[in-house]
Amino acid sequence: MKSIVAQGLVKTYRNGQVKALDGLNLDVEEGTVLGILGPNGAGKTTTVRILATLLQPDSGHATVGGIDVVKNPKAVREIIGLSGQYAAVDETLTGWDNLVMFGRLYHLSSKAAESRATELLEQFSLTESAKRPIKTYSGGMRRRLDLAASLIIRPKVLFLDEPTTGLDPRGRMEMWNVIEKLVKEGVTLLLTTQYLDEADQLADEIAVIDHGKVIARGTSDELKSEVGGERVEIVVAEADLIRTREVIDRVTGAKSNLDEGLRKLSAPVSNGGQSLIEVVRELDAANIHPLDIAMKRPSLDDVFMSLTGHAAEEAIAEETAIKKKRGAKK
Amino acid sequence: MMRAVSDALVITKRQLLQLTRVPEVLIFNTIQPVMFVLLFRYVFGGLGADIPGGYVQLLMPGIFVQTVTFTLAATAQGLAQDMEKGLIDRFRSLPIARSAVVMGRTLGDGLLNIVVLIVMGIAGYVVGWRPTSGAFKIFLGFLLLLFFGYALSWAGVFAGLISKDARVVANVSFLFTFPLTFLSNAFASTTSMPHALQYFAEWNPVSTMVAAVRQLYGFKNTFGATANSFPSQHPLTMSLVYMVVLMFIFIPLSVRRYNSAGNRK
Ligand SMILES: Nc1ncnc2c1ncn2[C@@H]1O[C@H](COP(=O)(O)OP(=O)(O)O)[C@@H](O)[C@H]1O
Ligand SMILES: [Mg+2]
Repeated sequence: MKSIVAQGLVKTYRNGQVKALDGLNLDVEEGTVLGILGPNGAGKTTTVRILATLLQPDSGHATVGGIDVVKNPKAVREIIGLSGQYAAVDETLTGWDNLVMFGRLYHLSSKAAESRATELLEQFSLTESAKRPIKTYSGGMRRRLDLAASLIIRPKVLFLDEPTTGLDPRGRMEMWNVIEKLVKEGVTLLLTTQYLDEADQLADEIAVIDHGKVIARGTSDELKSEVGGERVEIVVAEADLIRTREVIDRVTGAKSNLDEGLRKLSAPVSNGGQSLIEVVRELDAANIHPLDIAMKRPSLDDVFMSLTGHAAEEAIAEETAIKKKRGAKK
Repeated sequence: MMRAVSDALVITKRQLLQLTRVPEVLIFNTIQPVMFVLLFRYVFGGLGADIPGGYVQLLMPGIFVQTVTFTLAATAQGLAQDMEKGLIDRFRSLPIARSAVVMGRTLGDGLLNIVVLIVMGIAGYVVGWRPTSGAFKIFLGFLLLLFFGYALSWAGVFAGLISKDARVVANVSFLFTFPLTFLSNAFASTTSMPHALQYFAEWNPVSTMVAAVRQLYGFKNTFGATANSFPSQHPLTMSLVYMVVLMFIFIPLSVRRYNSAGNRK
């Protein structure tokens, strides 16, 4: 059974000048996680908003849990949970107040709303801060509370729009743990992200989108093999560069890349950690002391580079420029 | 239908909770009108020495009406803030009636007005305001004020939903209502205004409200050039017409706008 189906979604803004979605297709099997991966401005939020009945597409068709999102939005709202790109909770109220309020709006009795609030605060490690106004919460705590609010009725289908953007590494790890637990409980999840490692960690399947279209789809392994796998990267002293290069080329059997400015060499490796160990051993034998050595997995940028020929960062830079302009206008 | 009402009450309750968490809002909301009462009472107190009971009798209805017109800006700001914070999006993703959120907000702002009017009434009494019409009519006067505030609140809902910035919409609403309260009979008789302005002033809903409330409190209005005009003859009727028209226009507009709030972000 498909829990989410979208066919040919088109959405334009500013009288057609901005094409946010340009014939987007996707589907998510019940009980699985689809990660929508794309840079800023790719159309992730627009997709989520249409599926969550907040926005009407110009054309195309979508169902959630088999229900048409345009024709029967109210029935869709009964089975979904949504946690948007920015925590949408009442900042002057406490975490507890917020959860009880949302519980009441889902038509739980006062008592049921309160016990559900207690349960969720516990589940998201927020019990201690339950009686503090959200204003005093850290970014990670806000996002967790926001997520808790979207889980009040144990939705069948959950939408998370960039759940970790803006969080520090610790907040990110905590969020990942929480999401992984939810997934184990069997919720169907559509998650958007700008980070390949996040999609890799949380999603069963990944759809890469750019300019409002899905440009690639598959498991994270499939995508990575398309992009080219892992690389080993080594930084050495200037004097060692040439000798290091010889060693690396010999061990990996490939032609390495040299960034002279950073004194960094990199080369593709096929069998991960094992190759790294060999490189280290050989360097040691040659009496070369690397300043830094690391395995690098392909990033969103690498995925974009190989799929579209342009870097994701360009899109991000463009977007920030636009945002700045918008901000300046205000 | 019952669902819609109980959902709206949850939203209203949230607003009241906010007041307990941020009491400054309530304090500021009541201090400001009390300050107006004191300023006008003692700065212009010498005016209208010929008025029985003194200027304060005419002044208080003026300040009451002025204060409730600010509801428009307050509602607009509250809703615009919810839009900015993404709360409206979240509410729209819940299975609740389309009218619940905006209805709840207008009720909350109405309840706030009750508190404000009571505090102002007491302040007025302290500085010598003595309505002469009896308890029932005084009560009706307050009811009329509340309804006027409620009707304006719906215009505020619409303003808040179409705005992009809470502070801007609050300022714009204020810039719109503040002059209206002075181009009226609220603080001085309109007879001293230029002729053309007198016509405007006497049709101004603020004037008809002030005149209606004064009548209900047992005081006569002095009108100028248009003394025989319909609004000055029938201020209560005219005020009610204004309120009905306001709600007739803005309730459906607001509910529609709320429902498509995200279509423009
Ligand atoms: N209300 C709007 N008005 C104009 N353009 C918009 C609006 N909302 C989104 N867009 C544009 O649509 C495109 C997709 O936006 P969005 O779905 O928010 O992307 P993402 O979430 O992937 O960053 C972007 O180019 C964005 O600038
Ligand atoms: Mg987005």
